[in-house]
Amino acid sequence: MNLTRVGAIVLRQFYLMRGSPARVFPLFAWIAIDIVLWGFITRYLNSVAHTGFDFVPALLGAVLLWNFLTRVMQGVTLAFFEDVWSRNFLNFFATPLRISEYLAGLVVTGVVTSLLGLAVMLLLAFAAFGLSFAAYGLAMAPFLFVLFLSGIALGVFGSALVLRLGPASEWLIWPIPTLVSPFAGVFYPIGVLPYWMQAVSKALPPSYVFEGMRAITAGEPAPWATLAWGGLLAVGYVGLACWTFAAVYRKAIRSGLIARYSAESVA
Amino acid sequence: MPAPVLAVASLHKSFADLRAVDGVSFVVAPGEIVGLVGPNGAGKTTTINMVLGVLQPTSGTVTIDGLDVAKNRSAALARTNFAAVYAPLPGNLTVEQNLRVFGMVYAVPNLAKRIDELLVDYQLERFRKTKSGLLSSGEQTRLGLAKAMLNRPRLLLLDEPTASIDPSSARDIRAGIKAFVEAGHGGVLWTSHNMYEVQEMCHRVLFLSRGKIVLEGDPKTLPEAHGAASLDDLFVTVAHENLHEGAAP
Repeated sequence: MNLTRVGAIVLRQFYLMRGSPARVFPLFAWIAIDIVLWGFITRYLNSVAHTGFDFVPALLGAVLLWNFLTRVMQGVTLAFFEDVWSRNFLNFFATPLRISEYLAGLVVTGVVTSLLGLAVMLLLAFAAFGLSFAAYGLAMAPFLFVLFLSGIALGVFGSALVLRLGPASEWLIWPIPTLVSPFAGVFYPIGVLPYWMQAVSKALPPSYVFEGMRAITAGEPAPWATLAWGGLLAVGYVGLACWTFAAVYRKAIRSGLIARYSAESVA
Repeated sequence: MPAPVLAVASLHKSFADLRAVDGVSFVVAPGEIVGLVGPNGAGKTTTINMVLGVLQPTSGTVTIDGLDVAKNRSAALARTNFAAVYAPLPGNLTVEQNLRVFGMVYAVPNLAKRIDELLVDYQLERFRKTKSGLLSSGEQTRLGLAKAMLNRPRLLLLDEPTASIDPSSARDIRAGIKAFVEAGHGGVLWTSHNMYEVQEMCHRVLFLSRGKIVLEGDPKTLPEAHGAASLDDLFVTVAHENLHEGAAP
C-alpha cells in the first residue's frame, strides 16, 4: 500500500472541508442537537422517575455512542459521495491508485471527522449535562473501537451499494444506522426484544457494546469476553465490506460501469 | 526497434450482442504519436478505456511499457496518464489543489516544483487558486493536459485534447506535446476528429470502424495512396464504406 496515494485521498477531503462551511457544519450540528435534546429528556426523566436510576449515562451515553458510530459511517460514505457528485471515478480509477488505497483514504477521512465529532459530543455532554466518560478512562477505548469498526464496515458497505446501484441509490444509505439501532439495543437491554430480534442482535457488534455499557453503569463488571466477540465480529464485517466493495468494483470494470457511472447502468 | 510503450494484442470487447472492439492490435513506440480516428461509436473510447484499465477486455492483452495491465495494473498505470474532455478534474478543487492531489496519486517526486513548471507551461499561473469549475472549457482542457503531464508518462492518452480550445492555444498545446515526444519521454495515443491536427501531429494513424482497424499508415501519404484528396475525404470515404457494409440488407 502506497501511503502517499492514501494521503492524496485524505488531502482531497481536507481541501473540500477547508473551503466549505456547508461540509464542516454537519460534522457537529446534528450531534449537538441530539445531545441537547436527549440531555433534557434524561434530565426530565430523572426528575419524574424518583427511582434513583440515573438516566443520564444510560440514555445520553447511548445517544452519544450511537452518534459516534453514525459519524464514522457517514465520514466514510460522504468521502465516497464526493467522488460520485464530482464524477471523479474515471480520474481516480484510471491511475495507479489501488482499491485498498482508495478505501484506506476514505476510512482515514471517516476516522478524523468522527473523532472531531466525538470531541464536540463529549465536551457538550459534560458541560451541559455533567455526563463524563473520564471515570471509565481507558476502559472506554475497546467499546469505542468496536463501534468505530462497525461504522467503517457500514460505511464501506454503503459505498459499495451506491457503486453498484448508481448515484440515485444514495438515499438508501442514510437510514442504515436507524434500521440497525432497534436490533443493537441502543436504549434498552437486548432481553426485551422478541426472540428473532435477539438472534439478529447477536450478529451485530454494537449490541455487545451497549449491553456492556449498561452492565458497567449498573455497577457490574465489564463483560470483556462478549465485547471481544463483538470486536471479532466487527473485524469480520470490515473485511466482508471491503471484499464486497472490491467485488462490486471488479464487476463495474467488467461491465464498463466505472467509465459511464452517471448512466447508472450499462444495460 | 525499441520496446513499445503500448502494445495492444487481439483486443476484443463485447457488450451483450454488440462487438464494440473486435480484434484490435497495434503498438505505440517511444517517441511516436499514433492517431486513433474513426466515426462516433467506432470503438475509440472503448479501446482507450481498456488501455486505462477501467474496462476489462473480453479477450486480448494491453501491455504498457512491458507491464500487462491485467496483471500489474497499478505499476502499468503509473507509467501512463490521460486527458479527455469527458473526464474534467473535480470543479470544487482549485487548479493547484487538483494538481497536488493527482500528483500524489502518481507519486510525483518534487511535486511542488513540478506543479510550478506545469502552471507556467500551460499558462495557468493566474488560476492557481481558482476553482477548476470556474475555468472556461479551454482553461479546463489546459488543466487536464497539465494533470496528464504530471508524471512525465511513458504513455500519454489524449482523447480530443484540443476540442474546446481556440486555435492559438491549440497550436501551443500541439507544440508542447511534440516537444514532450521529441524529448524522448514517451509515446502518445491521440484520438481526434480534426484530420488537419492528426496529419500535423501523428506519425501513424489507425482508422477504426465498427470495432476494427480498417486502415493504417502515415497520415501524410495515406490519402494519396488511397486516391483521396485529403485525410478528411479519406475518413469520410472509409466511414461510409464501413457503415454500408454493416448495414442490414
